[in-house]
Amino acid sequence: MHVPDGFINAPISAATGVVAAGAVAVSLRGARRELDERTAPLAGLVAAFIFAVQMLNFPVAAGTSGHLLGGALAAILVGPFTGVLCVSVVLLMQGILFADGGLTALGVNITDMAIVTTVVGYAVFRGLVKVLPRSRRSITVASFAAALLSVPAAAVAFTLIYAIGGTTDIAIGKVATAMIGVHVLIGIGEAVITALTVGAVVAVRPDLVYGARGLQQRLKLRVNGELVDAPDATPVPAAARTSRRKLWITGLVTSLVLAGFVSFYASANPDGLEKVAHDKGIDKKEEKHASSDSPLADYGVKDIANARLSGGLAGVIGVGVTVVAGSGVFWAVRRRRSTDTSPTAVENV
Amino acid sequence: MDPVSTPSLEVSGLAFAYPDGHQALFGVDFSIGRGERVALLGPNGAGKTTLVLHLNGILTGGAGTVQVAGLPVGKRHMAEIRRRVGIVFQDPDDQLFMPTVREDVAFGPAAAGLKGPELEERVDRALAQVGMGQFKDRPPHHLSFGQRRRVAVATVLAMEPEILVLDEPSSNLDPASRRELADILRSLDVTVLMVTHDLPYALELCPRALILSEGVIAADGKTGELLSDQELMRAHRLELPFGFDPRSVTPDA
Amino acid sequence: MGAGHAHRLYRHGHSPVHALPPHTKLAAAFAFVVVVVSTPREAIWAFGLYAVLLGVVAHLARVPAAFLLKRLLIEVPFVAFAVLMPFVAEGEQVDVLGLSLSVNGLWGAWNVLAKGTLGVAASVLLASTTELRELLLGLQRLKLPPLLVQIASFMIRYGDVITDEMRRMRIARESRGFEARGVRHWGVLAKSAGALFIRSYERGERVHLAMVSRGYAGSMPVIDEVTASRAQWSYALALPVAALVVCLLGWTL
Repeated sequence: MHVPDGFINAPISAATGVVAAGAVAVSLRGARRELDERTAPLAGLVAAFIFAVQMLNFPVAAGTSGHLLGGALAAILVGPFTGVLCVSVVLLMQGILFADGGLTALGVNITDMAIVTTVVGYAVFRGLVKVLPRSRRSITVASFAAALLSVPAAAVAFTLIYAIGGTTDIAIGKVATAMIGVHVLIGIGEAVITALTVGAVVAVRPDLVYGARGLQQRLKLRVNGELVDAPDATPVPAAARTSRRKLWITGLVTSLVLAGFVSFYASANPDGLEKVAHDKGIDKKEEKHASSDSPLADYGVKDIANARLSGGLAGVIGVGVTVVAGSGVFWAVRRRRSTDTSPTAVENV
Repeated sequence: MDPVSTPSLEVSGLAFAYPDGHQALFGVDFSIGRGERVALLGPNGAGKTTLVLHLNGILTGGAGTVQVAGLPVGKRHMAEIRRRVGIVFQDPDDQLFMPTVREDVAFGPAAAGLKGPELEERVDRALAQVGMGQFKDRPPHHLSFGQRRRVAVATVLAMEPEILVLDEPSSNLDPASRRELADILRSLDVTVLMVTHDLPYALELCPRALILSEGVIAADGKTGELLSDQELMRAHRLELPFGFDPRSVTPDA
Repeated sequence: MGAGHAHRLYRHGHSPVHALPPHTKLAAAFAFVVVVVSTPREAIWAFGLYAVLLGVVAHLARVPAAFLLKRLLIEVPFVAFAVLMPFVAEGEQVDVLGLSLSVNGLWGAWNVLAKGTLGVAASVLLASTTELRELLLGLQRLKLPPLLVQIASFMIRYGDVITDEMRRMRIARESRGFEARGVRHWGVLAKSAGALFIRSYERGERVHLAMVSRGYAGSMPVIDEVTASRAQWSYALALPVAALVVCLLGWTL
């Protein structure tokens, strides 16, 4: 499902980039609440694990093979915020190191593979855990359902992104059928693997499963034969809680930029224009069916003119906005987190 | 070497149970004076590692107290405690996580805020103490096991700890590396607590020994005397290697 | 374990490209891809020029063409997708060798192929001239949030641990006559995944304890400052600037 460069047009790549940057910024804050001192190593381990299991291709019907997306697994094991971070890091590193998934398509990839899978997976998981009886089996069942739904959800998200930003005009029905069909099958595989993994971990180290934290019981301590109440062992997050206001401002700015962007896109949609031209082309073709021997030339010129006019403009603005917004979000987050300020150009990756 | 007025380490009434319900410590009391080298002996599962993790506050929440040079281990002084208590873990691969030896040794002092030439100087000194100066820019995983353990010791020495805690320092070492490490440890001017079930090594390096068994200190005395007490040894599942006579070794003081 | 510091994609060398600070290279690669993606697909010649630009960089970096081309194979699934496009896309049809192809689909296929290939080639060049740890430092310099940089560095560190464990488990499976062939074997693979997680996790937990023991409190200490001179920046940014010129020509011509 890794989208390469140039697969989704610039405005939508940029818009998803903004969504991704915003989600990552929010997750960075959330992750500190989910995990204590050990955030980065544990999350890194989960990321490495997802990296590894993404290589674990398993056969799907008709000779194709799919790989785990890992979002649901990450959300259940380390919590939804950390989960988003883990999958995002996996995607970033895959893009940089293995050229798997384009750098400019990072926003698209993070949006559908990190955010959608994690959020859907975790929502389903929490929902089921609340409804089902408190037991290990419920955790396994909920993991199964969460993973099962998260994969087709990512496929749906991809289809939607493609529908508004695909650079090639393939009937959306075809894309949807192909993507969702294949990913329902992959989802079954992912569900089996996720359920068994979570099940195995819950059985041996229940303390490692974020989603199963509610199952742990309070313990007593025996000192010299006397029973003493154990002090509350829940660790207090080391990070100081900074004001909630900044989170809100970040979120607000992100959504404003995003909203602005979507409306901009709606008016200057290059592919929309192309599509209109193209639809007209079809009409034309049908009308002068007998006479036209070279519809290609006619159509082609039109298409180029449109694409150049709108595509270029939209591309430049879109990319600019991503870079600025992304940098802004990261900068704000980073500045708040560390006092180490050193002069460098603010760039966004 | 009697304990001086403020001991390097003072543990009293320490008890702890893991979240899974398994209780590992049942009230541990002991004290180690400045400059002493003490062996903590005990069979597998006696709670040795659990005790070690209490010394720098990684595990807390049980009953009892730990004081390092008079400073109580607790949330308030955690950074200072971790600087004062240097733990060398059993597997050097767990301890060495940076890309080069230099960065690994610099990690602790840098986390404590040192930088620039001061940091560099600290790194050089620590590496010189363990005789690994020429390996500064090598990746740790390219070193031999014995060398990695020495670097692991250096990473802790670089923090200039009050007390050095070594968890099974002799495990997996060939005889030559074992000897080299012993020489290094003897040369250091620092309080040492060595957790081990390598009894000859304990006897060689530590004049005093504690036996931790079933979560309490079962014996505390001169290493040679403890190891010669066959009944005590058997009661706590401690066994000397075949043919080894503790009276044949004269521990250095 | 620990081989992650010299990853397989990296080609050791001393070219001017290798010597550039990592963050300048990251910025340059990213800017280049951005420019390429913003180029109208109809300006076919522009993509040729981009390829030439990358060729020049490859030459400067002394990365052989064969190496580059082999690494481009990662793209194959998308090539397959692109080849399908002209058949499934709608709109104007054109007959080529007796096949009815969609004009729009052809453009789309070209678009994905050209931009995708250039993007992959840029990433390959970046990865083959920059060491992993440098890349991480670069990301940090580019103000990627420290938490993400840390997750990435731990991920790379544990990548090796996991691959190692995976290989061992696979050997154990296969030596007992197991081979993954279809749906029936998912269970076995998935159980492996669970065991793999716990095994790797417990290793990670130990490393974490070692870090915490040396004063790690959530962010990596800064040991080396990486700075880039103006000249280095301009050298690195020559690539995207040249590409930008081509791109602007692509819009206007």
